[in-house]
Amino acid sequence: MKLLRQPYFWLIVAFTALFAALPFWNQNITLRETLVLSAIYIILATNLNLMIGYTGYVNFGSIVFFGLGGYFTLWLISEHGWGLYPAVLFAGAVTSILAFLLGLGILRLRGAYFALATIGINEAVKDFVANFEAWGGSEGIFLPFTAFRAMGGPAKALWTVYLLIVLVMGLSLLLSYVVKRSKFGLGLFAIREDEDAAIVLGVQAPLYKSIAYSLSAFLPAVAGGLYFFKNGSVVPEEAFNLHLSIESIVMVMLGGQGTVTGPAVGAFLYERLRGILLTLPSLSNFHLVIAGVLLLLIILFAPGGLMGWLYRVWPGLRRGLE
Amino acid sequence: MPEILASVLDGLLIGLVYGLAAIGLTLIFGVMDVVNLAHGAVIALGMFTVYLLYKAGIHPYIGLLPVAVIGFLFGVLIYLIAVKRILDGPPLMTLLATFAVSMIITGAGTAIWSTSPYNINFPVTTLNILGYTVTSARLIAAIAAVLVTVFLYIFLYRTTLGKAVRAVANNREAAELMGIPSQQILAVSFGIGTALAMLSGALIATLFPFTILSGGIYELKSFVASVLGGLGNPTGALFGGIILGLIEGSVAPFIEVSWTNVIEFVIFVLILLFFPTGLFGGRR
Repeated sequence: MKLLRQPYFWLIVAFTALFAALPFWNQNITLRETLVLSAIYIILATNLNLMIGYTGYVNFGSIVFFGLGGYFTLWLISEHGWGLYPAVLFAGAVTSILAFLLGLGILRLRGAYFALATIGINEAVKDFVANFEAWGGSEGIFLPFTAFRAMGGPAKALWTVYLLIVLVMGLSLLLSYVVKRSKFGLGLFAIREDEDAAIVLGVQAPLYKSIAYSLSAFLPAVAGGLYFFKNGSVVPEEAFNLHLSIESIVMVMLGGQGTVTGPAVGAFLYERLRGILLTLPSLSNFHLVIAGVLLLLIILFAPGGLMGWLYRVWPGLRRGLE
Repeated sequence: MPEILASVLDGLLIGLVYGLAAIGLTLIFGVMDVVNLAHGAVIALGMFTVYLLYKAGIHPYIGLLPVAVIGFLFGVLIYLIAVKRILDGPPLMTLLATFAVSMIITGAGTAIWSTSPYNINFPVTTLNILGYTVTSARLIAAIAAVLVTVFLYIFLYRTTLGKAVRAVANNREAAELMGIPSQQILAVSFGIGTALAMLSGALIATLFPFTILSGGIYELKSFVASVLGGLGNPTGALFGGIILGLIEGSVAPFIEVSWTNVIEFVIFVLILLFFPTGLFGGRR
């Protein structure tokens, strides 16, 4: 295994292990809930980066995967009595396949047209689900309390789900790293730089883009399943919250698009920042404004994000820190 | 049967207002290849501007004039701050920058006005046209939308500045070689696009209750309308708006309102896929 000899691989493992271990220190539930949110943000940002950073396609509706994953999972558990593990894997697979098929269609669109289509898809799916009676319409799906019993009661189930979410986070980082180092990833970067040139050089652009789109759907869908299982319910407004989609873009840009470390760092910092803003009474109403100003400043003055800045200051980092 | 026709008529009238919003979006895209994601936020801002003017004792229809002026200045400001610097960069950047502007406006609006609904109460009469009743507010909104569009066309085709805007839209380098100050023209175009969005918002505010988040719905409708008409084509956008209004009007009696959005977005994605230059041909 070449992967096992890469220091960066072990960095991901260490980071994930630290995340998993921290709240166990003194069974700190508050810390766990904070970290769960960070981990979800890292998952969303890291997977979104496969599209924005690697392929150069802005997906404004990435949250649709997260929401669909949540819906499929809760529906399978509450209506069909599935266990959590098969349900989330199935949800991830179905969402990923849907994304692949959808991608074959909408990824023929470029630039702004693609971005518009992704917003349309998220809104259409949200409105569809809000009207879809089998999934509870606008009321959503509520898990029966018995669903937690199979996992040793709610208290224990929440810890298990926490570890699973952290695991998905680790896998997201790993996926991001492996794709970046692969020939496939090189093809994606070629598409980002100049799609027509990439096609001429033999990159199968439509297929590559669809695979990237589909890959970026799987882990967020699984995470959505786990997250809404933890909540015990899922409603359309929360599952397909366009804001979270947008905030994921801010995270990716903040950390540095196109890098592996960047989006994760960006997501973590953004979560911290948001937490601070929400607790300050004078600023809690302005967190969207501050996020917007932050995004604008990054775009105007530091389009490479945090990692771009670090690379400029210490060019040597480029080799070790992906 | 009469109910359907009345509903279609309603749809046609509101469609003209959608068309106005779509023209604002499509004009900016046509001139500088920027999809303005702050469009919805600006529409909402138009609603609240006319509301504040109304609270200050200015009749909403008279308030349209200051709304247009404020909209223009605000648009120029957005262009100078958020768009100018990155206009020649990757398209992704202008998308994100205008989105950031949208977040700032929406966030500030939420902090000031919360997300609860507002409405403008002014006396409205109902009129009888060929046996169908329409409210005067709807009729006036539609007429105002048509008038603004006519003015825009006179501006674009009959004035020097308007011709300069079209020249820059056609080919910026060539226009610059002809001595047209393209930066100023771009700022003016962004201003006009924003003014149109705020005007349409103000007109919508005279018809329906609104919140600071209402802009999002109309932004999507503007996208659908301008994509229907071909991005960058103002006439197409107006017709796109009318088509959208007619669709809404003709399905309204049969299905619940909550489904109309689903139908519109499906049309939107299908049009993007199969007629990416719109039904009336794009700019090129």
